[in-house]
Amino acid sequence: MYEYDQYDQAMVDARVEEFRDQTRRRLAGELTEDQFKPLRLMNGLYLQLHAYMLRVAIPYGTLNSEQMKMLGHIARKYDRGYGHFTTRQNIQYNWIKLEDAPDILADLATVEMHAIQTSGNCIRNISSDQFAGAAADELTDPRPWAELLRQWSSFHPEFSYLPRKFKIAVIASDEDRAAMRLHDIGIQLVRNDAGELGAKFFVGGGMGRTPMIGPEIRDFVPADELIHYAEACLRVYNRYGRRDNKYKARIKILVHELGAEEYTRQVEEEFAHMKTLGLNPPVAELARITEFFQDPAYDSRARDELDLTDPDFRIWVEQNTHPHKQTGYAIANISLKPTGGIPGDASADQIDLMADLAKEYSFDELRVTHAQNIVLPHVKKSDLYALWQKLDEAGLAPPNLDLISDMIACPGLDYCSLANARSIPVAQKIGERFADIGRQKELGELKLKISGCINACGHHHAGHIGILGVDRKGVENYQLSLGGSGAEDVSLAKITGPGFDEDGIVDAVEKVTDVYLRDRTNGERFVDTYRRIGMAPFKEALYD
Amino acid sequence: MNLLTGNDLKTGDVIWWAGGQNWSLHVADAQDAGDEGEAILAREEKARRVNASYIVAAEMTDKGPMPLHIKERVRASGPTVRSDLAINTDIPIVGV
Ligand code: HEM
Ligand code: SF4
Repeated sequence: MYEYDQYDQAMVDARVEEFRDQTRRRLAGELTEDQFKPLRLMNGLYLQLHAYMLRVAIPYGTLNSEQMKMLGHIARKYDRGYGHFTTRQNIQYNWIKLEDAPDILADLATVEMHAIQTSGNCIRNISSDQFAGAAADELTDPRPWAELLRQWSSFHPEFSYLPRKFKIAVIASDEDRAAMRLHDIGIQLVRNDAGELGAKFFVGGGMGRTPMIGPEIRDFVPADELIHYAEACLRVYNRYGRRDNKYKARIKILVHELGAEEYTRQVEEEFAHMKTLGLNPPVAELARITEFFQDPAYDSRARDELDLTDPDFRIWVEQNTHPHKQTGYAIANISLKPTGGIPGDASADQIDLMADLAKEYSFDELRVTHAQNIVLPHVKKSDLYALWQKLDEAGLAPPNLDLISDMIACPGLDYCSLANARSIPVAQKIGERFADIGRQKELGELKLKISGCINACGHHHAGHIGILGVDRKGVENYQLSLGGSGAEDVSLAKITGPGFDEDGIVDAVEKVTDVYLRDRTNGERFVDTYRRIGMAPFKEALYD
Repeated sequence: MNLLTGNDLKTGDVIWWAGGQNWSLHVADAQDAGDEGEAILAREEKARRVNASYIVAAEMTDKGPMPLHIKERVRASGPTVRSDLAINTDIPIVGV
């Protein structure tokens, strides 16, 4: 894992002190809220429905046990005993006091964490594959590039006031576990025919009120020119992105309105110009960063055999572990989606436990996934049983990864001031309706995603089944959509028709899964069946 | 009736204007500000007794003053999915 050097630490520490002073001035009345608001937002402090909300960055979703412990400590000491892991691989606390915020940031800084650039029209936390460095199918570890991008984008003066927020994802496998194509810039590391490492660039993806899949604008950027190329993409956006209308300000609108071809032409022109300036980070810096992401000291004699006689353990292994590149190891997924629970929430005790388990079983490393779960990336197969038992005792072993109850849900009207409807109760009711794990497994991979408003924080556009909460004359109403995907088979979901009330939407979900069970052919997932048979049979079941 | 609400500057708690210089965590204590809302809020913001304040349309019910909009009712009750953290679970969220 990357460790701060003196510059990283000095930047973060200085920011804490600056914010301490700004907070003091706000509390003393020297700053008005209008003056203070942009300052607190630059430090991840929002004012939400019930209190201040703090969003803490977890760079590319990677953290160590000590950092995870700190997240638990903050939940316990300054919040109400829990935190919410988000689809952008961050964590949010819902009950922060302004007077505590500087102390929280100071605590975070002691473990090389902060909340900088978790809000505002800047480059946000870089997201990546939660299995990076561990997955059997990856070309290389994407995190050194994610880290390079993090350093480049931190306090980048040119990109601190973009037309709108900017999100970048980096992956290095054909399987897309990071919804890469739905980011402002999606980067996939690839090799060319000569075997050299480089990157494919996708620009202009996003969700929100105008969802778009990012088109590929370059099939190969040599690895050592990656930052330059990203910079060129941003420069064109910064120059021509719309600042007159917030709803048209994202890069996706620019790329769409110019056309991918013309946008690319302008980027290439800028790129050619930039190459003459020699601003690319020195190769030595990438080498320095890469050093931090070496493989841990795997036991080369670890064995692949696993005793699966315990049937509950077997179900968990089948559903929640993923192949590791190292013989004798597995990637273990901790589902934060218990039946009837709040997707992505974890208590301080659970956070502590996950930190301890990472220390004991996963070389001190954890990951946060965009599906709001936690990953222990490097677990010896012979340790899996002990790990599972400890997780299960703490309610952290729902064996439901990628099943219907492994939902993404945004905070919705229970916490969010922009919401039109509640998301969490809908998630809970669907979870309860499909509580039987046998039934869930029968339905197979099914990605259900819920947002409480058009901003789409809950990725509903990318759900095999998507649910969007809307306000219908002051009453919560839910629109159903089908056929989206945030993975390598990326697609945008389509609305089925008129919306449903809270109980109606649960019935509607059940009806569309019944259509799937009736019409599927061998081996088809829900989304495959939908793509084959189209919307009509689902509509018929819903509305006739 | 018009209620006044906002957040406590220091703690962020949702608060309701309860007359004069008083603010309460409980919507039941809220007072009707009539047409004086803007003026009261200007004064109270200046005194830093409230932050990010605004006027909320409400009606009198047998449970006391009740905001008309669901968002304000959730603010008055606390998260509906964590009754352990709620301020008042007695507030009807839907169907008033
Ligand atoms: C509670 C405070 C939150 C606020 C005020 C907020 C606000 C917004 C807004 C305004 C947008 C639309 C941006 C646009 O289209 O230009 C958005 C998009 C998004 N937010 Fe949130 N959000 C919040 C919480 C969350 C949470 C909890 C998550 C993760 C679970 C999240 C993840 C995202 C994602 C993934 C998108 C869509 C991707 C995109 O188009 O950028 N947000 N958010
Ligand atoms: S989708 Fe809407 S309701 Fe949900 S967190 Fe985002 S802004 Fe809030």
